[in-house]
Amino acid sequence: MLVLLLGIVILHVAALVLLLVSTIFSAWVVNPNSSSDLWNNCTTINNVDRCDSADTGVWIQAVQALMILSIIFSFIALVLFFCQLFTLQKGGRFFITGAFQIFASLFVMSGAIIYTVMNTMWVPETLWFYGFSYVLAWVAFPLAFISGLIYVILRKRE
Amino acid sequence: MLSVLALTSVVLLGIVSQTTAIVVYTSWEKHALVGTDVRLSCSFFSWQWTSPDVTFSWQYRADGAKEGISIFHFAGGAPYQDSKGPFRDRLEFVGNPSRRDGSILIKNVDFGDNGTFTCDAKNPPDIAGHPSSVRLLVFEKVPVQAGVITGAIIGVVLGLLILIVAIYYLMRFLVARRVFSLSMSKHGKKGKGKEGSQQKQASAVMDPAKLKAAASEKKKQESRREKK
Repeated sequence: MLVLLLGIVILHVAALVLLLVSTIFSAWVVNPNSSSDLWNNCTTINNVDRCDSADTGVWIQAVQALMILSIIFSFIALVLFFCQLFTLQKGGRFFITGAFQIFASLFVMSGAIIYTVMNTMWVPETLWFYGFSYVLAWVAFPLAFISGLIYVILRKRE
Repeated sequence: MLSVLALTSVVLLGIVSQTTAIVVYTSWEKHALVGTDVRLSCSFFSWQWTSPDVTFSWQYRADGAKEGISIFHFAGGAPYQDSKGPFRDRLEFVGNPSRRDGSILIKNVDFGDNGTFTCDAKNPPDIAGHPSSVRLLVFEKVPVQAGVITGAIIGVVLGLLILIVAIYYLMRFLVARRVFSLSMSKHGKKGKGKEGSQQKQASAVMDPAKLKAAASEKKKQESRREKK
């Protein structure tokens, strides 16, 4: 049981870290001399870095909000997990924790989908690739979803 | 001792600030749509009484221009306007000098009005102070400000979450109280007999919600009896 709990906590923390990294780091979209994320567009011209604040369109703000919400929900889920660990009766399920974690995963999924569909509105029309932050956001989604499902399925034992 | 110290400090502060300053307040930036009227507000803070000789003066410096021009002056209880410049018949004084308000209204703004408006106020004998500036930005349509929608979405979702949690606990509290009161009234029946039931009926008449609860309780009791 202890190993299982430890495993799920690690999974949860991993998802949370991935969410944080993908929200903070400026690599949603990259090309050789520029990168952009939810907050900044940075370009390197002649070895000089220059960052402008991102476009303030409606959709990118929705993505920002969804990413932050998923971080908040995932964090609340972690706190709730430790609360429920000590208050839940034997045989109970971590329903609330699981619900929050699944919500977090749905938020990050919606954010990533919106970014994928709408990024033509704020990404300049040059050669670019999706960066690691974008990939991490997509990786965080199944991690958070699986950990949420495990929370719902898991029964507390001594 | 402490009170004396406090008093002296207050007096000192008063003297110091009386000698120092008048502080002029305007907003930092003002956004307006083309063709609308925009109110540029200006007020001041001073330790002196509002003098009848209070003056307000507004200067305008267009974006890119080196020097500003004076566009409005209020002195001796009367407003004076620049009769030539870009705002000659589009400017109106809407302030109230006795309430330390020197606001002006600029009508029908256009892209050419982008620039910095500087307000200076004097409240004789309190005249030492810096003017304050407000930047006017004219837009064709109001731009979405950074973070507004982000904040709104996060706020709404977290607000909903808190609301749901609050409703959940409220319901639990109400249910707990109802169960508690029911068990109390049962005990009351055992002890007091008729009095308790009469009270219960009276309260049930008063409150329709309780009436329902009482009815459902009666049904339950009846069904129990039938089972027995």
